[in-house]
Parts: sequence; C-alpha cells; structure tokens
Amino acid sequence: MLRTVTDERAIEVTGLVREFKGGVRAVDGIDLHVSTGEIYGFLGPNGAGKSTAVKVLTTLLPPTAGSARVAGYDVTREGAKVRAAIGVALQDVALDPMLTGREHMRLQAGLQGIARSERAARGDELLARVGLSDAAERKSSTYSGGMKRRLDLALALLHGPRILFLDEPTTGLDVQSRTALWDEVARLAREQGTTVFLTTQYLEEADVLADRVGIIDNGKIVAEGTPAALKAQVARPTIELAPRDPAGCDAARAALEPFGEPVAARHDGSIAVRLRTGADQLADIVRALDGADIPVANLALHEPTLDDVFLAKTGRSLEGSADVGEPDLPVPDPPAPDRAAA
Amino acid sequence: MTAAALASGGTFDQVGLLAGRAVRRVIRQPAQIVFPIAFPLVLLAVNASGLDAATKLPGFPSADYLDFALAVPFMQGALFAALNGGQDLARDIQGGFLDRLALTPISGAALLAGQLGGALFMGVVSAVLYLLVGLALGVGIAAGVAGALVLLVLAVCISFAFACFGMLVALRAGTGEAVQGFFPLFFVLLFLSSAFFPRDLIEQDWFAAVATYNPVSYMVEGLRSLVITGWDGEALAYAFAISAIAVVCFLVLSSRALRTRLTRT
Repeated sequence: MLRTVTDERAIEVTGLVREFKGGVRAVDGIDLHVSTGEIYGFLGPNGAGKSTAVKVLTTLLPPTAGSARVAGYDVTREGAKVRAAIGVALQDVALDPMLTGREHMRLQAGLQGIARSERAARGDELLARVGLSDAAERKSSTYSGGMKRRLDLALALLHGPRILFLDEPTTGLDVQSRTALWDEVARLAREQGTTVFLTTQYLEEADVLADRVGIIDNGKIVAEGTPAALKAQVARPTIELAPRDPAGCDAARAALEPFGEPVAARHDGSIAVRLRTGADQLADIVRALDGADIPVANLALHEPTLDDVFLAKTGRSLEGSADVGEPDLPVPDPPAPDRAAA
Repeated sequence: MTAAALASGGTFDQVGLLAGRAVRRVIRQPAQIVFPIAFPLVLLAVNASGLDAATKLPGFPSADYLDFALAVPFMQGALFAALNGGQDLARDIQGGFLDRLALTPISGAALLAGQLGGALFMGVVSAVLYLLVGLALGVGIAAGVAGALVLLVLAVCISFAFACFGMLVALRAGTGEAVQGFFPLFFVLLFLSSAFFPRDLIEQDWFAAVATYNPVSYMVEGLRSLVITGWDGEALAYAFAISAIAVVCFLVLSSRALRTRLTRT
C-alpha cells in the first residue's frame, strides 16, 4: 500500500463524555487518537455510542466533558474551523428526495463556498467518481440504497476535506455496494492521504478497511489496536459445540475441560472452549466426545476474529456478526464427531 | 482547489441556493400547489353564493359578498403556505438534512431566510392567482391598480408572517405532525375573526370580543379595505404593522429555536 500514515494527530480525544437527559452517558470517557492518513475503525454494536461520538467530533453535539481536537482545532471552541476541514456522511443518508443528484452537488458546493465557476465541474467530477453520472439528473428519491450512500459520500468529499467521518456507511447495503464503497474509501486514503474515521458494526468492514480499530461498548473503548494485534490478544482458536440434547451441556463441558478454558459461547445451547494449543487438538476432542457418548448437533472451530476480541472484552458477541467468514463443520447423522472432524 | 475558490460565497448566495431549493420542492410536489390554491377558491365560491344574503343587513360594507369575501382566500393561502413550509422544514429535521446544512459554513440567518423561500414563492403565486380570479369574477378593486399592487404586497407580507410561524413550530417540535396539528388552530383563528362577517355587525358579545383581539381580523380588514373601501390608512397601517410585528417576533423566536435545534459548536 502506497499510503503514508504520519505521526501527526488528525484526531485527538481525551476523556470525552457526552451525557443525555436522564444521566444516560452515550459516550463515557473515551480516549483515542487518529494519525493523519490513517483509517480508524470504530467498531461496536448498536447503541454503543459510536454515532454520538461522531456527532461530537463533527461539532454537531457539544461534549459534556473532556476534550477533542480535530484537524488541530478544538471541537468546542473552533467548530467552524473543524467543519471546514472535515467531510461527514452520517448514519442516516440525509438527501432531499425532491432534488436530483446534480442539484444536490450544486447546492452543497455553493453552501461550502466553492466558487460558482467551479461548482458544476467539481460536482460532476465527484458524481463520476462514485459512479452516478448516469443518474445525475434523477431525483434522489429514485435512487437505490447503495446509490444514496454513494451520493452522500460524494457530498461529503465535495470541498476536499482532510478528514472524513463515515458513520456506518455500509449499513443496509448489498455486498456489491459495500465492496464498492470500501474500495472508494481505501482509494481516498491511499491516493489522497485522507484520514478516515469510520464507525461500523460489521467485523469484516473493520478488519478489511481499518489500520487500527477501537472497540466501543456502552460508551467506553474496551480494546484498541491494529486488527492483527487485537486478534493476537485472543490468539488461540475456540471450539464451540452444541450437544444434540441440551441437557448434555454439562457433560460436554466436562469432556472438553482438559482441552482449554471455557469462554462465552456465541449461540444459546452451545458451549465454547478456547483451545490450549490449537486446531491440532480437534481429533482428540472428537474422540473424547465420542468416548463420553455425547451426540453433537453442531461443532465449529473459530479462528480468532475481532468478534472474539469483543467477546473476550465484553462477554457478548457483536449483534448479528458472529461467524463471519467461518463456516461451521458439519456433523453427520448418526453422530460421528470423529468423522466430522476428519 | 484554490483558496479563492473556497472563499465563502456569501450570505446572499447561500440564501439564494436554499430558497431555490425550497421553490423546487414546492414546484415538484403538485399537492403543495393545487390544494393551497384550489381549496380557498372553492370555499370562496361556496361562501359567495351561500352568504350573499348577509349583504342585505343594514350596515354591511359591500353590495356583493364576493367583494367582501375576496380577502379570505389570501388568508387561507397564507395558512397553507405556512403549513407546507413548516412540514418541509420538519422533514429536513427528521431526515437529517438540517444536520447536513449545519455542517456547512451557512449562518443561521441564511438558513432561516432560505427555508422561507418556498413559502414566499407560494405566497406570491397564490396571491396573484386569487387576485386574477377575483377580477375575472367581476370584483372591482376600490383602491385601483395601485391598490391591487398594495393588496399583493400585503398578502405576501401576511403569508410571510404565517410562514415564519410554521417555521417556528417546525423548529420547536421537529415533526411534521406537530406542524399539521397547528393547522386547525390557524383555521379557528380565521373563523373567530372578521373574515366572514364585519366586526361591527357581530351580535354575540364574546365573538365580537374575540374578533376584536384577534390579530387575524386586522390582517383581513387591511386586505379587504383595498377591495371594498379604497385607501383606508388606518386599516392598512394595522394590517402591515401586525404582519411586521408577527414576522419580527416569529423570526426572533425561530432564530432561538434554531440555535437550540442546531447544537453545533
């Protein structure tokens, strides 16, 4: 990758708190920094505080306590300077259904203070970059979800921001649209040195795109680092099995005890064990289960993922994100775990 | 991009852009044009035929009820414009478009002025149309051609005042339903004014009192005076003054509501 990440801090957050009425702390004392040119993934489930953090960092909400500097400017005291330096695509794609794609670009260009003579060309250039030239004269109400997201991204980029905030940019998109957006974000960082602060609830998105990931839960950052470093914290694979008879969970737990320490399972009715050494224990495990006469409905070996990191830090799996990219091992009927493992 | 290119386009530029957007939104939603124009004209036709006997009452200020009632569509058109403008703004708030605007260098004043563009457009279009329909139906403007022009200006001022109120409700409540909820109140204000009957002929004391304190009465009477009386300085002064006061009050309150709504730092 040609991208250059410098030591210069594009975003620096210290003890940031945002409290709402009733004392609810959506953001509860977070510290983080993002270097210039870096793609930072803010990963967490719904309601973790990601969007609130973005709104504070983009000056749309004042913080209750703590401080944050974006592009070198204080978000509380220098809001206008922060806004001039950033591009923002919020979680809800905010488009006017009555305006065409091109009209959106002209309006945004004008409001951003781009000279009249440059507005049309700049808008058309961005529309072309996100693949919306052919739909430029159509009202945004006729756009698909993916097209709306792309137009939203183009609007965020119109004034050439140094830092781009993307709040769950691929939520609700099909795989093709999601991949196209990932490519565009990666290209921005690689070719233009744009710093990207990206929130997501998708493990794969954070894993693929982000240089570093901050995992947020209940308003607090519970883990932070590169995806590889985070996964290395829970480096050993986990085996998860569901006994055919749910009453057999205790017996299965006892049978697996020699192979590693128990961890929270991702599915109800399952038990999970982080293996002592790794996948080489699988054959012994299957034999142990067979010897204890425990019929198995499902058996899966999980390589460490960011979800394991989340699980290890919070005791919960990220909503709707379990098992991404990790197919379960089928267990044939009649139960023959040794053959399944083989 | 050059620094010059990034220099602010200026407040007027911003207002023009947002007003252009507001007008486009109105034009592209036929329901926002057809009903605000058609409904008051239908009601005018019904009232002109059904209440014509009222002109026989001693002291009724015109010989034809149509002349007397022509001021009412201007008021109703203003109410519809306020309703639609307020709902459009509420949609911007609910859909997050206001946040998009808040992330640009736009000033609060420009944002308010731009948002009012659509309502102002509808105010002008509907006022011209009501006047043309009135003239086509044989209504004479007692104040002459200049009076007709003043009538249009006053109608637009009233429309602007109501639009400011619609905007205030949208900014305070943030939902289209809340704006819609105020619509019956507007109509009650209209019916409890001198819109359909001269104040000095209202026999019910409570109704006469309410109509006297109801600012809508003075707006209607200002419009009506140009049609049936001629140049009535007092009626016009009241109508313009009340409209101006309403505009100033609602704009100030809207400006505060916008600051509360836009919590940007």
